Parts: sequence; C-alpha cells; structure tokens
Amino acid sequence: MSKIIIMAFRNLGRNRRRSILSALALSVSLALLIFMSAFNRGQIRSSMETTLNLDSGHIQVRATDYDPDKLSVAWEYLLENPEQAAAQIEALDQVKVATPRLIASGIVSVQDQHSGVKIMGVDPASIANAPFIDGLVEGEFLTADDREGILIGYPLAENLKIGIGDQINLLVNTSAGSVDEQSFTIRGIFSTNSTAYDKAIVLMPIAKAQAFSGADKHASFIFVLLHDRDDAKAVAAALKNPNLQVETWAEMNDILVVMDEFSNAFILILGSIVLGITATVIVNTLIMSVFERTREIGVLTSIGMKGSQIMSLFLVEASFLAAGGIAFGLLVGWALSAYYGMVGIYFGDLGVTGILLGDRIYAYLTLEDTIKLTITALVITLLASIYPALLASRMEPVEALHGKN
Amino acid sequence: MEVAKLTDVTRIYKIGEVETRALNGISMTIEEAEFTALVGPSGSGKTTLLQLIGCLDKPTAGKIIINNEDATKLNRNQRADLRKGTIGFVFQFFALIPTLTAYENVELPLLLNGKNPTERKGRVMDLLESVDMLSHTHHRPDQLSGGQQQRVAVARALSTNPKIILADEPTANLDTKNGEQIMNIMQKLNQDTHTTFVFATHDPRVIKYAKRVITLEDGVIVGDSTSK
Ligand SMILES: Nc1ncnc2c1ncn2[C@@H]1O[C@H](COP(=O)(O)OP(=O)(O)OP(=O)(O)O)[C@@H](O)[C@H]1O
Ligand SMILES: [Mg+2]
Repeated sequence: MSKIIIMAFRNLGRNRRRSILSALALSVSLALLIFMSAFNRGQIRSSMETTLNLDSGHIQVRATDYDPDKLSVAWEYLLENPEQAAAQIEALDQVKVATPRLIASGIVSVQDQHSGVKIMGVDPASIANAPFIDGLVEGEFLTADDREGILIGYPLAENLKIGIGDQINLLVNTSAGSVDEQSFTIRGIFSTNSTAYDKAIVLMPIAKAQAFSGADKHASFIFVLLHDRDDAKAVAAALKNPNLQVETWAEMNDILVVMDEFSNAFILILGSIVLGITATVIVNTLIMSVFERTREIGVLTSIGMKGSQIMSLFLVEASFLAAGGIAFGLLVGWALSAYYGMVGIYFGDLGVTGILLGDRIYAYLTLEDTIKLTITALVITLLASIYPALLASRMEPVEALHGKN
Repeated sequence: MEVAKLTDVTRIYKIGEVETRALNGISMTIEEAEFTALVGPSGSGKTTLLQLIGCLDKPTAGKIIINNEDATKLNRNQRADLRKGTIGFVFQFFALIPTLTAYENVELPLLLNGKNPTERKGRVMDLLESVDMLSHTHHRPDQLSGGQQQRVAVARALSTNPKIILADEPTANLDTKNGEQIMNIMQKLNQDTHTTFVFATHDPRVIKYAKRVITLEDGVIVGDSTSK
C-alpha cells in the first residue's frame, strides 16, 4: 500500500503543470466559497447587530394590543406607567438597560419638501441611545428638558438640505386620531451607518414626544437590551404577564432568522454547483492520465496488480490533488475573509424594509462553515474521481498492452 | 513436468462485424526448463498465444492448464493471482514503470506477493547483479539505455521465481550487442534456475539460442522442432 502512495505521488509530478492547474481550480473555487460564506455570515451578523441595537432591542415589552406596524399612539395600544415598569425590568441581573420609548408617525416639511418619518421619543439619559450618540456627525445629543430640539439622520438632512440650528416643521398623528404640527430646531445629526434607517427617523425627548402626540404618560414599549442576547427567552419568560406582550429579538426579527437559514441553504447549493464544475476539471485530468498510462496499466496488471489496487492508485492520486487544492484554497479563503473581516466592504444604501444593514459589511468566517465547505469539496472531488479510477481498473490487460505509449 | 498445456485453443478477435481468427485450434505442451522460440510471420498469432499462456487473455474456445490450474475457469482476480506467482513477462517495449527506479521496478512484484523487506532487498540485489545492473539501482527508466531497461525488465520478470517467463520480441528494439547480452542472460538464467522461457521473435540471431522452435502460420502450428 505504501508503494501505491509513493507511485501516486510521483505520478502527480509527471505532468506537474496539469496537476497544479487542476488543484488550483479546486483552490480557487473553495477560496471563493469560503469567502462568500464569510461575507454572507458577516452580512447577517451585522444586520442582526444593527437591528437589535437600534430598532428592536433584545426584548420589547408592550401593551397587549400594541401593533408595531401601525405606529398608533391611541392610548389603548400603549403602556401605562412605563418608567416604573422599566425600572423593574432593569433590576433583573441579565438586563443591561430597559428604557421606555414612544413611536409615532409623522411628516417632516422644509419649505415645499416633505418626508415621512417615524418620530421616536427616547429617554435622553439612557445608555440605550449609544448608537445615536456614537453616530453623531454634527451637533449634540438631546437633553431631557429640551422642548424644541430634534435629532435627525444624516441622509435626511442631506435630502432636505438642512443643518444644525435650522428649523423644520413636523406633523404628527396624535392619540386622538387627528394631526398636530409644530416647528423644531435641529440639535444634532447622526449616522448609524444604515442609510435606510437614518432617512426615516427623528428623535426627541420622550417627554416632548408624549406631549406633542397627546400620548400623555404612555409609551409604545420598553426597549430592553441584555448582557447576552441568548438569555432573551429566559428573561421574556420571567416577564410574562397577561396584561403585557413580551417579544424577544428572534420573534421580532423572524425575517433575519429566515434569511440566515436561507443563506445557509444557498451557500450549500452554490457550493455544490461550483465544486461540481471543479470536479469535472479533476475528472478530466484523471481520465487523461488514465489514457496516457494505458500501457503502464497493462504492465502493472501483467505483474499481478489487481483491479482494486490499480483503482486505489488513481484514487490516492486524486486524494493528493484534492488535499493540495483544498489546503491552498483554505489558506486563500481564510486570508480573504480575515482581510475583509477587518476592513469591510463598502456597499452604501442597501437597506431593505424590515432589515437594517450597515453600509459596510465585515466578512465573518465561522469554523462550522469552513468545515462544511471543506468536507463538501473533499467528498465531491473523491466521488468524481471514482469514475476514472474504475475506468483504469476495468481495463483489459491485453488491450492495455496494445495501447500506444 | 508440464508448465503449460493447451488443448484446441482458439482465439477470435471481433471488431464490429469483422472476425479475426488469431489462433485456430492450437494444442501444445511446454515442459519445465524449456527454452523455446515462437516464430512465424507478422500476424501469425505469436503475441496472442503468449498472452493466453500468460493468462492476460481468455481463449474463445479450448482449454489452458497453467501449473496444474485450469486458467480458463478463473475470473480476473484469480488470473491476477495466478500470474503474480507463476508467470513473468518481458515485452518488446521496455515496460518499466517510469516513476519507479530500477530497484523499485524489480521490487514491485515482490511487494505484490507480500514479501518482507529483508527478503525483498536481498532478492532485488541478487537479480540486479545477475543482469549486471548493480551500478544503476537508483536510476529511473528514462536515465537508462534501452538495453539496460530491458535487463531490468528481465530481472523484474524473474523476481517472484516464476515457473515460466514469456518474452514478446525482447530484442526487437535493441541493437545486436544488447540483443545478444539479453539472450545470454536469459539463457544463463534458464540453465541456472531451470526457469522456463518462451519468446516470440522474428530475429534469426535469437532463434539460434532456442532449443525448441515452434512455428506459427495463420494461427496454426506448422512446425515444432527440438534441436541438440
Ligand atoms: N486486440 C486485437 N484486436 C483485434 N485483432 C487483433 C488484436 N490483437 C491481434 N489481433 C489480430 O490477430 C492476429 C494475430 O495477431 P498477433 O499480434 O498475435 O500476431 P503476431 O504474430 O504477434 O504478429 P507480429 O509479429 O507482427 O507481432 C492479427 O491478424 C492481428 O491483427
Ligand atoms: Mg506480436
């Protein structure tokens, strides 16, 4: 057997360029697939992070009848006494922060330009505002007693051609079902790196939002961030109460969860196709070498080598090709992923409704994906090499000996 | 003792609709320690006959007994096993494995026969010495001349102590001097080890070495003479 391994190894050297090229074909496709899966993971991860920190939180506690799609501030949909509830939730060990937020729908107008927005009332003192504070491009964050100040996103400011200190007119749908209108001064401009999100939201102190929309002391929900998002289920269970609606991040972002599963399946299908194509290159190389070595196979048979041994000779040869190609492909794929995991790839505004995407996507390679792809590559290559190996082992010695050399 | 016994052996090649009767009812016996030449014009069936005796091929009809075993009843793997211990081949082209050194080429049949390393080493060195190739043990075939390659091929054919060595025009690609050297080596091995040799040839200089000459024509034996 060890001689078969030595022979297989030396056989690769006989047409070195061809061997290297076919191994390289495998390397390139594996590297590409590894990078693509890292990119995909990175994209999902970053949209998760962004969505969770900015929009949904890890848990939301709402009134039983609250419908997040309606943005209604009618009292029957809202939470009473939100500060007290938030304080109770924050007392739990797993909870990092719990803060009331009020969401209303409105329209920003500057001269004859209008833009529909979500008006979000936040507690200016809460650390949950970190993404906005860290994302300040210009100006300052809100203060609790500010009655006229407003914070807007950078792309909205660009669109409306307004800056710090400028006035905007804001229309709000009130609790009573009518509309109210007031003018606000821009205190700060932020960017969360998610253009789609930043275009359609304005922030003000929750007290002002409550007064402006007529929500009085109510809030739309308590926004809860945990130390570890995997605790969400346990904390949600602890908060369960017939008068409340408690939703975890996974429930609120089912589209992201589905997307994750979908992209896993996609990578696997794409991987099989790409590797299948590569496998035909390897099959081709092996078939060529079987035919080139017809006479040699005849000689091996004539000195008593069995079909199974000749088959393993070619299978071992294919394994060497596969191992070399895969090792190099892993290296390149890993290097690409690591590099783009650090620098990221700029994509601009790709935000789709329901999904928040950062403008820059950072590749994120998991061990699981790497192992899955490596094994797929190995299995497909070896499966593909069975045919040429079988071809060699089935060769009749007489015909083999007649083969030209 | 009979090494090979053929009874009414016919081999018909069929390519599409065309049938070629390469051998037509051959019966013959080859005894141990024979040194026999198979002669006849091109296409008379010499190679076909060697391949049948060598169990590389099966006859269309007839019976072939090799070393007391009915080769016509064996399957591919059983024939491979029979070849491994009983038959050695030398071909017209110098059929060494190009990726293996002279030493490794001679060693390969021993490996396939499951011999242990010390046994192998001794045997390979003895054989390379007997074909005068000790000075080139670690050369690859492409680093050897045709005559040297053919000597290694003879050593390889002998490595497993086969009962019979079948050589198909072993000197056809060699010049006179190298051809004679190969024939001398084979003759000496035949005398020393009593190994049976059967070689197909056109070459009159080779035929003069033979003790028995079988003449084929159109797939039938037309002459069988033993000299000396
Ligand atoms: N594999 C094959 N398929 C079809 N016909 C074959 C095959 N091998 C040999 N033949 C035919 O069988 C006949 C005998 O061929 P064989 O090779 O045995 O002759 P030979 O005596 O060895 O000739 P040469 O001296 O030229 O080597 C020829 O007519 C040849 O064309
Ligand atoms: Mg011939």
